[in-house]
Amino acid sequence: MSITDTPVDNGINLGALLDAREALGGQPELAEFEWRATCTWRTGTHSYSTVEGFGGLGGEQSHRQVFGYDVDHPECFASQDNGATPVELVLVGLAGCLTAGVASVAQRRGIQLRAVTASLTGDMNLLGVLGADPEVRNGFGAVRVHFTIDADASADDIAALVAQSQKRSAVYDIIANPTNVIVTVN
Amino acid sequence: MTASTSTVIIGAGHAGLAMSRRLTERSIDHVVLERGEVANSWRTERWPGLRLLTPNWLTELPGGGYRGDDPHGYMGAAEVASFVSDYATSIGAPVRTGTTVSAVRPSTFGYRVLTDQGEWTAPTVVLASGASNLPHVPALADALPREILSITPRSYPGPGELPEGGVLVVGGSASGVQLAAELQGAGKAVTLSMGEHVRLPRRYRGRDIFWWMDAAGVLDQRYDEVDDIVRARNVPSPQLIGSSEQVTLDVNALRGRGVRVVGRLGAIVDGVMQFAGSLPNVCKLADLKLRRLLAQFDTWADEQGLDGIDPPDRLDDTRLDLAAPLQLDLAAEGITTVLWATGYRPDHSWVELPVFDRKGSVRHDGGVVENASGLYLVGQPFLRRRRSTFIAGASADSVELADHLHRTLDRRSTA
Repeated sequence: MSITDTPVDNGINLGALLDAREALGGQPELAEFEWRATCTWRTGTHSYSTVEGFGGLGGEQSHRQVFGYDVDHPECFASQDNGATPVELVLVGLAGCLTAGVASVAQRRGIQLRAVTASLTGDMNLLGVLGADPEVRNGFGAVRVHFTIDADASADDIAALVAQSQKRSAVYDIIANPTNVIVTVN
Repeated sequence: MTASTSTVIIGAGHAGLAMSRRLTERSIDHVVLERGEVANSWRTERWPGLRLLTPNWLTELPGGGYRGDDPHGYMGAAEVASFVSDYATSIGAPVRTGTTVSAVRPSTFGYRVLTDQGEWTAPTVVLASGASNLPHVPALADALPREILSITPRSYPGPGELPEGGVLVVGGSASGVQLAAELQGAGKAVTLSMGEHVRLPRRYRGRDIFWWMDAAGVLDQRYDEVDDIVRARNVPSPQLIGSSEQVTLDVNALRGRGVRVVGRLGAIVDGVMQFAGSLPNVCKLADLKLRRLLAQFDTWADEQGLDGIDPPDRLDDTRLDLAAPLQLDLAAEGITTVLWATGYRPDHSWVELPVFDRKGSVRHDGGVVENASGLYLVGQPFLRRRRSTFIAGASADSVELADHLHRTLDRRSTA
């Protein structure tokens, strides 16, 4: 505790989150969200995806701007490297979700964060996607995330931030648990 | 035939009987309706080897309690049934056995309680029919192949009566770990699937873990002081066993005995069980929570200046098993039984009153049912305190709810 007891500020609007939790609990139909992305093929393995609108709170919502993502394969795959690979974007998604969670949990628990970085790796045996070995899966064997956190708290309290973030993370759940994927054409 | 009284208590388990005792103390006429014999659930709805998680000395009830010769032991189901039955006799509880309630409905002066032995009317009713009436088996169990034996702890016939082959136990609760250990000990190949769980050592610094929970005030945490009471009421039972060997049955111990531990069951697809990749984190969550609890005990012990206890022990983290499979083909693995240790819920389907929330649970404030004056609920986890989850919780809960009930009756009679 410092002499001037400055309130913890990790940039999270805790009041709004708690209000939302209460309000949506009372009106669960407003809690149904639909996240969206649209993708257009360019050429080869290069595609361009945009994120703009989403459904939620009983209606249509929109980001302030259109977010665009070039997605491609690297040159060592005989591609043009116009963007990060799809699997790297999954790691980006996981990182963003877990990091936001760390900040939110820290705010809730009154812990001031000074710096948070995460390094992620996903190991992958290409023989899977190449169809060269039926015993090898397409995706990651495992995803590893290492957080480095500078905060005014004990090692256990910091570990607890990361554990709680995983517990309430959407992308962590999507990756760690079975999820239906339904793909249709025309 | 219609009879009337001031209070109808539905269920002659420990909670209903504790209320009966409190009403007798206040000279409030009442009846206790029981569909079977006293302590029916303990007689007929518990698996044979089941033992209490709490040491016997903790089993106090108003006007009675454990007086046997093994205070540091853990009663089995049959012993609990006898204990509760003797308690009913010793307090002279007005129990009507063999009386099944079919409905509770509103009436002009309170409630009508319809039974197969006639009808009762009363201004106040206590729902004491228990918290574990119906096994809660997840909907995905329907996708199990037909040839797999699918059972719950209630229908568990013992290791010798199961088909040849391995067993998948689903659920890291007390029942889950106890049954996994029992089956492994009987020579079965056991896989335990678990998500979030509660880790507790049987003993800490030379005392039973419940001695600490009781002495340091953890059991007396109130429902209205806890951050998230919904979560607290749905926490799985701790991974503990009550046995004279005083063993700890955490994940490390189970693995040491040869049980294969995998993540939470997520889906069943064509006879393949798919498990979550979140096992490392749920183990971490359990370890951190336990460390916080033990630190709380250490701080309390220091403040009390306790002596005669062992010094603090460094807790072993749950060891990670990176080889834990994410899926198992039941046929290929030779697993022939799936045991759903996935919890229970109460059956209040016969309560024909507008007292349920959108998930079908009775809405109550510490046992005072909302939207139904004179209706009470007892014998539920964390009803008013953490202690409410255990038999000993009935003592304090029954005093407070009987007082509330008494005031309700007084208001009615002076209206």
